[in-house]
Amino acid sequence: MARAPQTLFDKVWRAHEVSAESADSPAVLYIDLHLIHEVTSPQAFAVLRERGLTVRRPERTLATMDHSTPTLTAQVFGGTPIALDAARRQVRELEVNCAEFGVELLGLTHSQRGIVHIIGPELGLTQPGKTIVCGDSHTSTHGAVGALAFGIGTTEVGHVLATQCLLQRKPRTLAVNVSGELRAGVAAKDLILTIIGRLGVSGGTGHVIEYRGDTIRALDMDERMTVCNMSIEAGARAGMIGPDETTYRYLEGRPRSPRSAAWERAREAWRALPTDAGARFDREVELDAAAVEPMITYGTNPGMVIPIGGTIPQRSGDAAFSQALTYMGLAPGQPIRDQPVNVVFLGSCTNARLSDLRSAAGLLRGRRIAPGLRMLVVPGSQQVKREAEAEGLDRVFLEAGAEWRESGCSMCLGMNGDVVGRGEYSVSTSNRNFEGRQGSGARTLLASPLTAAACAVRGRVTDPRELM
Amino acid sequence: MEPFTILSSRTVVLPGANIDTDQIIPARFLTTTTRVGLGEHLFADWRYLPDGTPRSDFVLNGPQARGCRILVAGRNFGCGSSREHAPWALADYGFRAVISTELADIFSSNCLKNGLLPVTVDEPTSAWLIAHPGAEVTLDLTAGTLTLPTGRAVSFPLEAFARRCLLQGVDELGYLLERRHEIEAYERRA
Repeated sequence: MARAPQTLFDKVWRAHEVSAESADSPAVLYIDLHLIHEVTSPQAFAVLRERGLTVRRPERTLATMDHSTPTLTAQVFGGTPIALDAARRQVRELEVNCAEFGVELLGLTHSQRGIVHIIGPELGLTQPGKTIVCGDSHTSTHGAVGALAFGIGTTEVGHVLATQCLLQRKPRTLAVNVSGELRAGVAAKDLILTIIGRLGVSGGTGHVIEYRGDTIRALDMDERMTVCNMSIEAGARAGMIGPDETTYRYLEGRPRSPRSAAWERAREAWRALPTDAGARFDREVELDAAAVEPMITYGTNPGMVIPIGGTIPQRSGDAAFSQALTYMGLAPGQPIRDQPVNVVFLGSCTNARLSDLRSAAGLLRGRRIAPGLRMLVVPGSQQVKREAEAEGLDRVFLEAGAEWRESGCSMCLGMNGDVVGRGEYSVSTSNRNFEGRQGSGARTLLASPLTAAACAVRGRVTDPRELM
Repeated sequence: MEPFTILSSRTVVLPGANIDTDQIIPARFLTTTTRVGLGEHLFADWRYLPDGTPRSDFVLNGPQARGCRILVAGRNFGCGSSREHAPWALADYGFRAVISTELADIFSSNCLKNGLLPVTVDEPTSAWLIAHPGAEVTLDLTAGTLTLPTGRAVSFPLEAFARRCLLQGVDELGYLLERRHEIEAYERRA
C-alpha cells in the first residue's frame, strides 16, 4: 500500500522521534544540532553542575558569542577590555563552561565567529532534514535549508545539553504559498513583512510554516534565510523551505558540509525530504508576490507594517494601537514617507549576510548619508566581514559616512551598548520594532537593506526605487 | 519546584494585546548569569521613569497590585524573544499564573518550566477579567478550572504531561534522563 503523502515537516519530525507522543506524554524528539550562546546558556550549565550531569553529545553542540559582544574592533581584537562589565563576565562564563564541559567554542577572536544563525549555515552545519535548536527565537532561520529549527528557553537548553532530546507536542502545519515575481526594488524582507502583516503577529502560533511556491523557489539562500528568520514574528516557532538545487549548491564545499561520497549520500537522502504531492497542511495561505511593495513598519510589532507609499491606518477604539502610535510619535492617516530618521542600522540575523550588504552598498556607492544621521553597519559574521572587505564594500560604507564594525547582534537588541537614543527614529534591517528594543525609548522602523540605504541617503523614510 | 494545586488571588490586569518579552524584561537585564533577582526589573520600561523612579500610573506600582499572584493580560502575551528571563522575572516578582486568550508558544513552554501556570481562556472570560481588575479568582489545576467571584467556573486546557509535572512539582529533566535507554537505542538506529 502506498504511503500517505507527507509534508517536509512530517518527514523531519518522524525521523527524530525517539518516542512518539501519546495522550499522556509529549514526543521525545532527538536534536541533531544544538547551538548555544553567552546569554541563554549560563543558567543551563549551572543546572548540569548542580545535578552532576555532563553534556551528552558535545560533538553535536557548538557555542559562539554574539548577543552581548562588542562590535568595536579595539574591544574585540585590540586588547581594550569589553566596556560593559556584565558582558565581559558573560563572555568569560561561556569560555569557562565550554572548557569544562568539552563544548567547541567559536570565541570572541575566532575567525568563524558571528551571529549564531549566520554561522550555522555559513559553516555548512545547518543541513536539510536536521533538527536544530538554540536558546534564541530566530533559530527559525535555519529552516531555510529544510531543517526543523526552533528557539527554546534556557531550561530546555539544559535538557538538550544533558540528553540531546526535548519533550515536544507536535505542532500543526501552515503552508504559505507564494507565486509570481517580486518586482525590482522589492526584497525578501518586504515579502516576509507582507506575510506577517497578513497573518498577524500570532497568526502562526502553534504552527510550523512551510514557505512554498515559485517565488520561494526563485529566492537564493540568503533570501530564504531572511524569510524563515521572521517566522517567529508571525508567532510560528519554525519556518521551513524544501531543499532543492539552490540549497545543495549553497551547502556544497562548506567547511562542515559532508564531503565526497558522504556528500553524494547526504544529497540523495535530502532529495526525499520535500513535501510530497498531495500532502495536507492544517492551514494554507496564498500570496501574490507581484503585488508586494517595499514595506516599512510604523508601530511596535512587526505586524504593524505598510507599503512605504502608504498611510498609517486608523483603528479607533483600539487602545493598544493608540499606545503604539503614541510611543512612535506617529498619527493615524499620516504618510510614512518622508518621516525624518536619526539612525540606520544595517545588521542582525535577518539581514546581515553578504548579499544584504551588497544590496545596501549598491545604492550607497558614490553617495553620502544625510548630514546628522548615524548609520551603523554590522556584518553578520567575521566571514561576511572578510568577504565584504575583499570586494570593497567596507570602503563604500565608510566613504558614505557609515560606521563599519565587527560582527554581532549589536543594535538589533542593544545589549552590547550599541543603542538608539530615546525618542530617536531608527530604520533597521533587524526583526523587532518592539518598544525599547533598540534602546529605551528608541523608535524602530523595520525595512529591507535596500530601503535602509535609501533612508540613510535622504535622512527620511524613502522608497528605494526613487534612488535606483 | 513547588507543586501547583489551587491558587486563589486577586488579579492584576495588563489589557494590551501582543505584550512581548522585551517589555516583560528588556534585553539590557539579560547580562545576568543567574535566574534570581529579575523581579525588580519586570516591565522595567513601563514601571520606572528614565531616572529610575516608579511611575505612579503603572498598575504594578499601585497599592492594589501588592500580593497579587495572577496576571491577566491581553491576547498573545509573551510574544517575541525566547528569553526565559521573562517567566523568571514574573515568578521572582511573585506571579504564579498568567491568563490570556492566547499565549505565545515559547513563552508558554518556558512558564511551565518555572511553576508559572499559563492559562488560556475564551474571549468572554478574558473580557470579564479585563473589565474587573483586582477580582479574586481561583485556579484549580486538578479540576482544570478558573472560578470567577461570580461563582462561574470556566475550564482551561493544559497539556496532560505539563499538568502532571506542575501538580507534582517535578521537572521534565528527570523524566528525560530516565529515557536514556530509548535515546541510546535511537542513536544506534539513526
